[in-house]
Amino acid sequence: MRRLWALIRKESLQIVRDPSAILIAFILPIILLFIFGYGVNLDTNRVRVGLVLEEYTAQTNALAATLRGSKFLAVTQGHDRREMQAALTSGALRGFLVVPKGFTAQTAAGGSAAIQVIADGSEPNIASFVQNYAKAVTALWLAQQTMGGNDATPQTGAGNLHQLLAQPPNSTATIQAKSRFWYNPELKSRNFLLPGSIAIVMTLIGTLLTALVVAREWERGTMEALMATPVTITQLLLGKLIPYFFLALSSMAVCFLAAVFWYDVPFRGSFLALLAVTSVFLLAALGQGLLISSLAKDQFLAAQVALISAFLPAFMLSGFIFEISAMPTPIRTLTFAFAARYFVSALQTLFLVGNVWPLLLSCMGAMGGIALVFFLITARKSVKRLDA
Amino acid sequence: MPFAPESFPQDTAQGLVTAAGPAPLVVVQGLCKQFPGGAAPALQGIDATVFAGRMTGLVGPDGAGKTTLLRLMVGLMHGNAGSVTVAGHNAATQAEAIHEVTGYMPQKFGLYEDLTVLENLTLYADLRHVVGKARQERFQQLLHFTDLERFQKRLAGKLSGGMKQKLGLACALLGNPRLLLLDEPSVGVDPISRRELWGMVRELLDGGMGVVWSTAYLDEAEKCDTVILLNQGVKLYDGPPKSLLQSVAGRVFQARGVQEHDRRRVLTHLLQQESVMDGVIQGRYVRVTLREGATTPPLEHGEWVAAAPCFEDAFINALGGGPGGRSRLAESMEVKPVTDQAVIKAQDLTKCFGNFVAVKDNTFRIARGEIFGLLGPNGAGKSTTFKMMCGLLQPTHGKAFVMGLDLKTATSAARSRIGYMAQKFSLYGQLNVLQNLKFFSGLYGLGGRLQKERIDLMVSIFDLHAYLGMNAGVLPLGFKQRLALACSVMHHPDVLFLDEPTSGVDPITRREFWTHINGMVEKGVTVMVTTHFMDEAEYCDRIGFIYRGENIATGSPDDLKAMARTAAMPEPTLEDAFITLVERSDAAREGAA
Amino acid sequence: MIAFFRRIRALIGKELLTLFRDPKVRIILIAPPMMQLFIFSFAATLEVKNVSVAVLNQDNGKHGLALVHRVAASPTFTRMVFVQSQAELVPLLDEQRIIAALHIAPDFSRGVESGQGASVQLIMDGRRSNAAQIVSGYITSIITAYSMEISKTSGGTPPPALTIERNWFNENLIYLWFTVPSLVAVLAMLITIMVTALSVAREKELGTFEQLLVSPLVPWELLLGKTLPAILVGFCEGLMIVAISVTIFRIPFTGSFLLLAATLLVFVISLVGIGLFLSSISSTQQQAILGAFVFLVPAVTLSGFASPVENMPHWLQVAGLVNPLRHALIPIKGLFLKNMPAIDVWANIWPMLIIAVVGLVLSGWFFTRRLE
Repeated sequence: MRRLWALIRKESLQIVRDPSAILIAFILPIILLFIFGYGVNLDTNRVRVGLVLEEYTAQTNALAATLRGSKFLAVTQGHDRREMQAALTSGALRGFLVVPKGFTAQTAAGGSAAIQVIADGSEPNIASFVQNYAKAVTALWLAQQTMGGNDATPQTGAGNLHQLLAQPPNSTATIQAKSRFWYNPELKSRNFLLPGSIAIVMTLIGTLLTALVVAREWERGTMEALMATPVTITQLLLGKLIPYFFLALSSMAVCFLAAVFWYDVPFRGSFLALLAVTSVFLLAALGQGLLISSLAKDQFLAAQVALISAFLPAFMLSGFIFEISAMPTPIRTLTFAFAARYFVSALQTLFLVGNVWPLLLSCMGAMGGIALVFFLITARKSVKRLDA
Repeated sequence: MPFAPESFPQDTAQGLVTAAGPAPLVVVQGLCKQFPGGAAPALQGIDATVFAGRMTGLVGPDGAGKTTLLRLMVGLMHGNAGSVTVAGHNAATQAEAIHEVTGYMPQKFGLYEDLTVLENLTLYADLRHVVGKARQERFQQLLHFTDLERFQKRLAGKLSGGMKQKLGLACALLGNPRLLLLDEPSVGVDPISRRELWGMVRELLDGGMGVVWSTAYLDEAEKCDTVILLNQGVKLYDGPPKSLLQSVAGRVFQARGVQEHDRRRVLTHLLQQESVMDGVIQGRYVRVTLREGATTPPLEHGEWVAAAPCFEDAFINALGGGPGGRSRLAESMEVKPVTDQAVIKAQDLTKCFGNFVAVKDNTFRIARGEIFGLLGPNGAGKSTTFKMMCGLLQPTHGKAFVMGLDLKTATSAARSRIGYMAQKFSLYGQLNVLQNLKFFSGLYGLGGRLQKERIDLMVSIFDLHAYLGMNAGVLPLGFKQRLALACSVMHHPDVLFLDEPTSGVDPITRREFWTHINGMVEKGVTVMVTTHFMDEAEYCDRIGFIYRGENIATGSPDDLKAMARTAAMPEPTLEDAFITLVERSDAAREGAA
Repeated sequence: MIAFFRRIRALIGKELLTLFRDPKVRIILIAPPMMQLFIFSFAATLEVKNVSVAVLNQDNGKHGLALVHRVAASPTFTRMVFVQSQAELVPLLDEQRIIAALHIAPDFSRGVESGQGASVQLIMDGRRSNAAQIVSGYITSIITAYSMEISKTSGGTPPPALTIERNWFNENLIYLWFTVPSLVAVLAMLITIMVTALSVAREKELGTFEQLLVSPLVPWELLLGKTLPAILVGFCEGLMIVAISVTIFRIPFTGSFLLLAATLLVFVISLVGIGLFLSSISSTQQQAILGAFVFLVPAVTLSGFASPVENMPHWLQVAGLVNPLRHALIPIKGLFLKNMPAIDVWANIWPMLIIAVVGLVLSGWFFTRRLE
């Protein structure tokens, strides 16, 4: 116990005195959260769309006004399709609407007149939104028409997409769909992206930092000196694990504060649950770091392995931004092997929903299992020898 | 008049053995170690014994297997065959028990640089269960012993090399070990600290501790009670150094009175004689070791004087003799143009890194065809001076000229007239030998037939045939250095910068290098060389002593020795001279402060 | 002059040898990018597939059932969970077992038949707001279609106007067509940056850089000798990924290959400038790796690959102009899918040219500063 305590104290002193540890634990998270918080945003607001009116009537003008009035669309009006096509090709526009000749006549005749909505399929996600928005705004315009006012100041200027989608899509239609978005009614993508990015940041800190500090001991020859003392391998591993566990917890606190107070992400769970989930995740992340360092004994290699085996999967395969459900089965199966996946899910739930224990517990179970595997392998690989 | 032997105080080497009575502390039997992927085994069938109360020197060049043997003794590695027993415990199976009774100081001392002296001590005390009152007493004792009392609060990283070494020793001594293993404790430490440490460890022997001191410095080996001499994983000798010296007793002579400018030619000539096994320049003398039963060859000038054999003579003897005196490399070169101007000139060269003054007001001139050595411990500022001369570093102030030019801004034509061999191996490890040779010759603008001829010549001179397709990074150390030298001279430079060219290589390769250097100097090549081997400095025409960034004295080896000559020390070695001059410099500094 | 060519030739030969002789480095250059290409192509998707939807159908009539059938028939929803009460929905949604719930009220069929109109409620998981919005769009259009069918059969009036959806360049919104061309640029960037960021730092750490500096090489020769091989490697690797995209992933390539090659080349040059700059300011490989990481993460994140550039705050969009990846993605995707004309390609090439010049000049300047 005295030995373990001595190792922990040594490690803590080193952390306090080593600017790079502080840098990785506190500055890096803030920078990364900054990049993810501002840079990654799926709220497609003000999509650049074009509008071609092939006839100018009171009706089409009203439609144009409704479109322009929409908060979600930045409308550029053009003269013909060719012009729009060029703009779509260069990327200046993400889609365009064409109100064809004879539109007014056809609506008056009681037939369905068609507004063509052409989206840039090379950006599939934006294209979906262009189509959805166009549909919703058209429906709104129709509703206004039926209500019998050519009101050129539509209400779409206020409110959000969900209101738009929750509007009766077509008041003349028999069935109306009303959408409600739970947990994140304003549909702010930041609300779920930020908890997800915290998971990535913590992966990076937990794994990279541990891998680096152990590799540093190897490089500086201090590991050799420690191994020649009566200290046991378990004490050596715990002596690394415990201080960095607490360091990572404090950087978690920094991330948490930034998310809640700077980015205004709601937090609906309990601190206790957050602490429990984070702790189990950190065991897995630190375990991975220790394993890497017992295999890669120089900092350069350790950093590379940590980035490839922890950071990239956490970014790509955790569901933080990309949809796990849409991945092909082999890759989807692969995602189960990464603790970040469960941490992302647990954090999103804790922030936006609350203490959903069944979900949290299953996530903790999976992360605990992963941690256990890492520790077992590390324990097997670590011996007090230099040639093993 | 017999030459007074330049050996060390002899009283220490004896007496102790008889006092404690030899008790085997470490027994090594038939030990073999092969690393996976390693070409040759790191250790081959080593038998050795370490006794309590004795200083055992583990001696050999880099890559001889010293560190591996120490790690096997402390149970950090397991051998492939044979056994190691420490205080009755098997190192392979009972490493824990060995750790309880062993103090081990690895290379680089095993210190945490961002912890203070006291924190380092506390850490190792906790790990070794030195607690309570015993700890306080032990700390007092060790801090006093190592003279670190004043620096308890200082970060270990901020200590000088010598102080780090002492702190490392103190940490290794915390559990009152019965066996103390020191891995190259004198690397990177100035000669004064080396002597102090030596004295401290000597004191420990009185308590019955067994000490293993590994070193690449052969002069240190001579002072041990017993030595284990390793070369490329093979034990060459095991026993008291005296007996090893005995093997060359009566065969070592100095040629005195040789004309100063003629020494190198005389040496070359002597080395070609059948009777001469080995020879070096030693200041103004030429020193040779004769083959067994041979007599001294005739001299044109001067006379033969018997000299005390040293460890290196014995080492070379054990390896079967030196490489001979002909340098085909030098023979292939044209004579460099004669000039009376200084080829290399340093004026008040100063380099500061932040607040730290790495080199201060260094001034010297080197003439054509001269070997100028910069001598000093690691970190003294040799390499920094060197890099400023080559234009690799910008002096903070002062000027560096090579052939009248500042190399930093010199044209590529001017720079193609110098050759540079860096301190550590700095060729392309992933490229094979031939590719390295091609690259460096191409870099210096060689091409076509000339390039091919030069490469072929280098391959033949340095015996690289067998290694042509091998990656440079995995060559044996000696061949790495040979390849590095080949790459730096292929374009026949006028000026050659050699930064620790023989660091870590075995004595035979060292001899070969100096044969080439001597040969090239005869052709008018100017050589600037750095070294931390005192004996190697003797081969230079002139030396600059570098200590704490300052050039504390410049002159020929004999001039420098003369500066230190006192009644008590009538025949100082270069190391004595260095220490005397350092002490004077320190005294002057303190006087000024 | 001959000596100059010999020096450059020796340098380039050496750079290529160091990259391709070592099997480990060779593997690092080829294997991870290929692995990333295959994993990320499928992983980097914002598509919605294979999702589960819960249905709470309290309606006894035929319309409720018919609607449920329609939804269940959609290939997007692989699993339907039928529940009996609203209380059952909550844990399903909470625990992320479903992404959406469809609630049909008891009076649904009655409302439809009476012609008064009826409504269904969609409850979405806002934790995955992007996917949820797309799912909401899917279900809404199923409902609208059904609604129109009923109106038609019941002889009601069709809506006076409707929208006809068309997606150009990628008719079926296949996400892979977006990801793979983007990955051409992203992976070419990863490789080029890693190769160049390490190149000088490795030589500094191993000491070989000193050998080069004392040699007759002048700084710009050194720069050239470092630049050309890196450009060659990055460019070839980019082309290789293009070839795989077209042959294995069957991504349509509609544009001019020459323009694509030109774009890639300029892109790689701009990256070499940045990579060499990073490398020349770091003194160890570790610093270089860290530097590369610090550059790569924001460069990929803010490029428009992960999420659209237009969604970022304006100041960040402006700051992102120095990111070559952002400029490269537009013409590369454009040439793959849109047959982008030269003028639009040029509009994205010139900013990269500026980045390239600035990067190369800066790294050249740091070279001349030597080892300080």
